[in-house]
Amino acid sequence: MRMQPTSNFSGEAVSAGSAPIAIELSDTSVTFGRGTRAVPALSTTTLRIADGEFVALVGPSGCGKSTILRLVSGLVQPSTGVVIVGGREVAARAMRVGMAFQNPTMLPWMTIERNIMLPLKIVEPFRSQFRKRRKTEFRDKANALLEQVGLKGFGGRFPWQLSGGMLQRANLCRALIHEPRLLLLDEPFGALDQFTREELWSILQKLWMTHKPTVLLVTHDLREAGFLASRICVMSARPGRILDDSHVGFARPRTVAMTFEPDFVALNQKLRGMIVDARSAAQEGAA
Amino acid sequence: MSGLDIRQKGWSAALIVLFFVAWELFCLMTGMSDLVLPRPSQILVTLVERFPVLWPHIIQTLATTMFGFVLGVALGVVLGAFIGVSKTAYDTAYPLLIGFSSIPKVAVVPIFVLWFGSGTVPAVLTALSICFFPIVVNIATGLATTEPELEDVLKALGASKFDILWNVGLPRTMPFFFASLKVAISYAFVGAVLSETVASNRGIGNVMMTASSNFNVPLVFAGLFVLAGLGVALYVVFSLIEGKVTGWATRKNDVIAT
Repeated sequence: MRMQPTSNFSGEAVSAGSAPIAIELSDTSVTFGRGTRAVPALSTTTLRIADGEFVALVGPSGCGKSTILRLVSGLVQPSTGVVIVGGREVAARAMRVGMAFQNPTMLPWMTIERNIMLPLKIVEPFRSQFRKRRKTEFRDKANALLEQVGLKGFGGRFPWQLSGGMLQRANLCRALIHEPRLLLLDEPFGALDQFTREELWSILQKLWMTHKPTVLLVTHDLREAGFLASRICVMSARPGRILDDSHVGFARPRTVAMTFEPDFVALNQKLRGMIVDARSAAQEGAA
Repeated sequence: MSGLDIRQKGWSAALIVLFFVAWELFCLMTGMSDLVLPRPSQILVTLVERFPVLWPHIIQTLATTMFGFVLGVALGVVLGAFIGVSKTAYDTAYPLLIGFSSIPKVAVVPIFVLWFGSGTVPAVLTALSICFFPIVVNIATGLATTEPELEDVLKALGASKFDILWNVGLPRTMPFFFASLKVAISYAFVGAVLSETVASNRGIGNVMMTASSNFNVPLVFAGLFVLAGLGVALYVVFSLIEGKVTGWATRKNDVIAT
């Protein structure tokens, strides 16, 4: 294993290595609306993500980070180009997808356990076995995940009995219960306090190292990106495009202490500089 | 908590008793003729004496109310689900619904009588037409307020519109739905009695009309008592069901368990 941080923070393309491609955006752009009211959300973008990679998308707000996520999940259609996920076009749903947002959206009438099992009610092959196994195998599965995020024994509680941090842990469990090969996270820890956030980074890192899904994480927090990601894509202001695409080689498992070491701080400052430039470029363009 | 609750209920009961006592005393002291305002005790006696005669009418009114109510709920749920799932449908259908709901329902009874003759059918239809509107509005509102993030999570999993409606939309509508049931059952009751009063030879509404034309004022009031009792009973039944089914929506003040 590589133990020291790699230095290819520059804009050079990152080779995916031998792992198969999980996500591929080819000349993809997105424009919302039509005619004079058309709003370009994403400039022509090409992006390849290998299976099992942890990619963080950072950039100024409104730059189209979430649009990429929605493209990959099939919630938004590309205006030009194609989006390939798991070797097929997104619409084919060749890959199981788990998703989590900043808002945990647990259903208030269900216990945490049942909330987490919700994807199993929807996704095959679990769907057809749901009635038979929800009281046995599936419940055990939910509780095993809860234990991994430090919520052992909370399965029978209702969402309103849990704190924001606990709900966000449950949200991660719900995104993972159906064993997705692809995990899409849109600022999942955005509403949490610093300490809870750092705790959840470690939990997410552990989950990723155990289940090895491909992860696409949208975040505003550069430390979060550096801590979690194996690769960081920096985006320009709206309409977004990818300015920089670089590997993060810090050894795993990473610790919060590592985020204060010089290499990490240097990475942070580099990312920050690029985003500040992108923002001011956009403001000059507007003026 | 519960101590205050009991005291509150005690005051409510005391007020009801006080009301009837005051009424009784008022009639006794002013020497009010029972052709104008009978005493509560007289009404009670009439109620007990005439109960065997009143009973089939009570059943009739109750049956028409329930029948109209069930049909109204079915229609309301279907219509509400239709316009609740799409913003466009909601905006398009709303003015028509408002127009329909603002017609005073007394005015449609003659039309129903014209079409179906007097009796049970117009009563059921009046109950239906008066009670379905709150159901439609509440179901539609409940469905229209589903969190977009959750919908996205489920859509990304490949959930169909029906999956989302069944697992998220409908359950989240339940508190709205049961709240509207309480209102709707009262409305249905009003509709049924209204129609019986205008055009029927059965039901409490008709009993009261007949009694009034015979100047049997205590019987008119006995009918009124029956109606009040039935109305309260129906309301209580649906409140209890609401509490059982949608407790999750009204637990905001509960103390968090350990």
